[in-house]
Amino acid sequence: MVVWGLLVSQATANEAPERVVSMNLCTDQLAMLLAGPGQLASVTYIATDPRASAMAEEAKNYHINRGLAEEIFLLEPDLVIAGAFSTQATVAMLKRLGIPVVVFDPAYSMPDVRDRIAQMGDVLQRTQAARDMIDDFDARLRALSEEVTHSPRAVLYYANGYTSGDKTLAGEILTAAGFENAAIEAGYGSGGKLPLEVLALTDPDAVITGRPYPGASRSEAILDHPVVQDLREGRESGTLTDHDWVCGTPFVLRAIEALSTVRRDITGDGE
Amino acid sequence: MIRLMALLVAIVVALFAASLLVGPAKVSVADSLSALFAGDKGPLTLFMREIRLPRAILAAMIGASLGLAGAAMQGYLRNPLAEPGLIGVSGSAALGAVLAIHTGLSATFALGLPLAALTGAFLGVVLVMSLAGPRGTSLTLILAGIAISALAAAITSFVLNLSPNPFAANEIVFWMMGSLTDRSMTHVWLALPFMALGFAVLARLGRGLDALTLGEDAALAMGIRVDRLRLQLVIGTACVVGAGTAVAGAIGFVGLVIPHILRPLVGAHPSRLLWASALGGAAMLLAADIAVRVVLPGRDLKLGVLTALVGAPLFLHLILKLRRERI
Repeated sequence: MVVWGLLVSQATANEAPERVVSMNLCTDQLAMLLAGPGQLASVTYIATDPRASAMAEEAKNYHINRGLAEEIFLLEPDLVIAGAFSTQATVAMLKRLGIPVVVFDPAYSMPDVRDRIAQMGDVLQRTQAARDMIDDFDARLRALSEEVTHSPRAVLYYANGYTSGDKTLAGEILTAAGFENAAIEAGYGSGGKLPLEVLALTDPDAVITGRPYPGASRSEAILDHPVVQDLREGRESGTLTDHDWVCGTPFVLRAIEALSTVRRDITGDGE
Repeated sequence: MIRLMALLVAIVVALFAASLLVGPAKVSVADSLSALFAGDKGPLTLFMREIRLPRAILAAMIGASLGLAGAAMQGYLRNPLAEPGLIGVSGSAALGAVLAIHTGLSATFALGLPLAALTGAFLGVVLVMSLAGPRGTSLTLILAGIAISALAAAITSFVLNLSPNPFAANEIVFWMMGSLTDRSMTHVWLALPFMALGFAVLARLGRGLDALTLGEDAALAMGIRVDRLRLQLVIGTACVVGAGTAVAGAIGFVGLVIPHILRPLVGAHPSRLLWASALGGAAMLLAADIAVRVVLPGRDLKLGVLTALVGAPLFLHLILKLRRERI
């Protein structure tokens, strides 16, 4: 927080930035949501991929970059926004070339999402727009967090048998939608690889998997294993994580909404 | 002989049972066995019958095929270095399997995967045997094997890197090192028919291989049709190695280590070495598959890592021994 404050104060000492380049999928989306007209110059190519980006169509209106230092330098930005996982060498080189770079940390929780929106508002000098967005986010999140009488047990299960624990955005989406993350009780709360046999014995009410990529792979074939198929059969099988789950943006509310519907179908609550 | 067979069978049975009872999920012995045999215990039965059982069956089947194929090739080529993994047969089988998966053949046609791996293995054996020649030296055999392995590995990596699927490129390791993690009964049924055919073909080679120890001319004089023997060997090896690699990737060194250990115990008779190596191979792969689950549970350590750790030093030892004999 302190470091971020310093960076912001440096970057925004004068005027609002007029030519902003984003080089991270999540900052792409926050910037597109908050930037003023003409303020955002370029977003990454991943932002145009509908599998990862909730704003693939909007992203096509911007110049597309591949996160390389030379192409970003040639865009002559007065501010570059990077993610904590952006290539360190690229960020270091841009800083050496005298371009102000702000680094955003990934969001791991709902409060993190609010913080990132506020941070983007400060960086782009669009504080009011950010404040409105946060108020709207809070209101919708409150509306979604209804009284849950019975929490079904769910496991997030991705390619290669990876799962998400409680200190991740996906895990927070799951609990915010009224589920209990069964990976935690199985002892895999820190995420990582959940062995298939542990999944079988956990016997969750729902298995929530990722949307398969085109082309075959052994890594995703695990989702067709008879055990996973059996766990999904007759239970909520249409539950897939998608682009709304990837980034800490207001789109996570859409993911929570969709998942809450699934929960009501399981428990027979509501309506 | 009977005693050796009984001992090997006992080891395989014990390791098979251990394989059923070892894993990251801690379940009591009584519970897992009753779930396996009695059934109808919900998730526990599913877990035993669809995760642990296929894994143990595949380890035994694939280990037996690799041991048998190694013993048969070594008998025919009269060369202790001949092994499906080292001479590129497993690598070309993996290439066939990868092509089947990434062209969509395996998705449209259930037997496409094992058939493609079998074709790859067949081409690999034919290529290596024609390059090394019927009386080829160890050096030509190993050089031919290295060339075929390298080429097959390069094309496999290339195909996986071309895939639009972001996970495919990471699977290069699986195809090169092999693993039995998260296999199911589907894979057992895919591999079983081809392996049964290969076992049947290879098991009948004993008499011919015994005769061949006296030299090709002597074998011909004894009424052994050497060209037919070679064809049977090629087909049998392609069947067992192809089917095994299609479901578990390329696992090396089993066919080298096991015949080497057992050869003195069977009086160096190729015919006896065949069945002994099949049992020994099953035991080795079952043990390796238990070890990967005990040493690094949940990390999916590849089987080929363990077999190579045991096999590579032995391979070096064999090379040194051969060099002393030749020079």
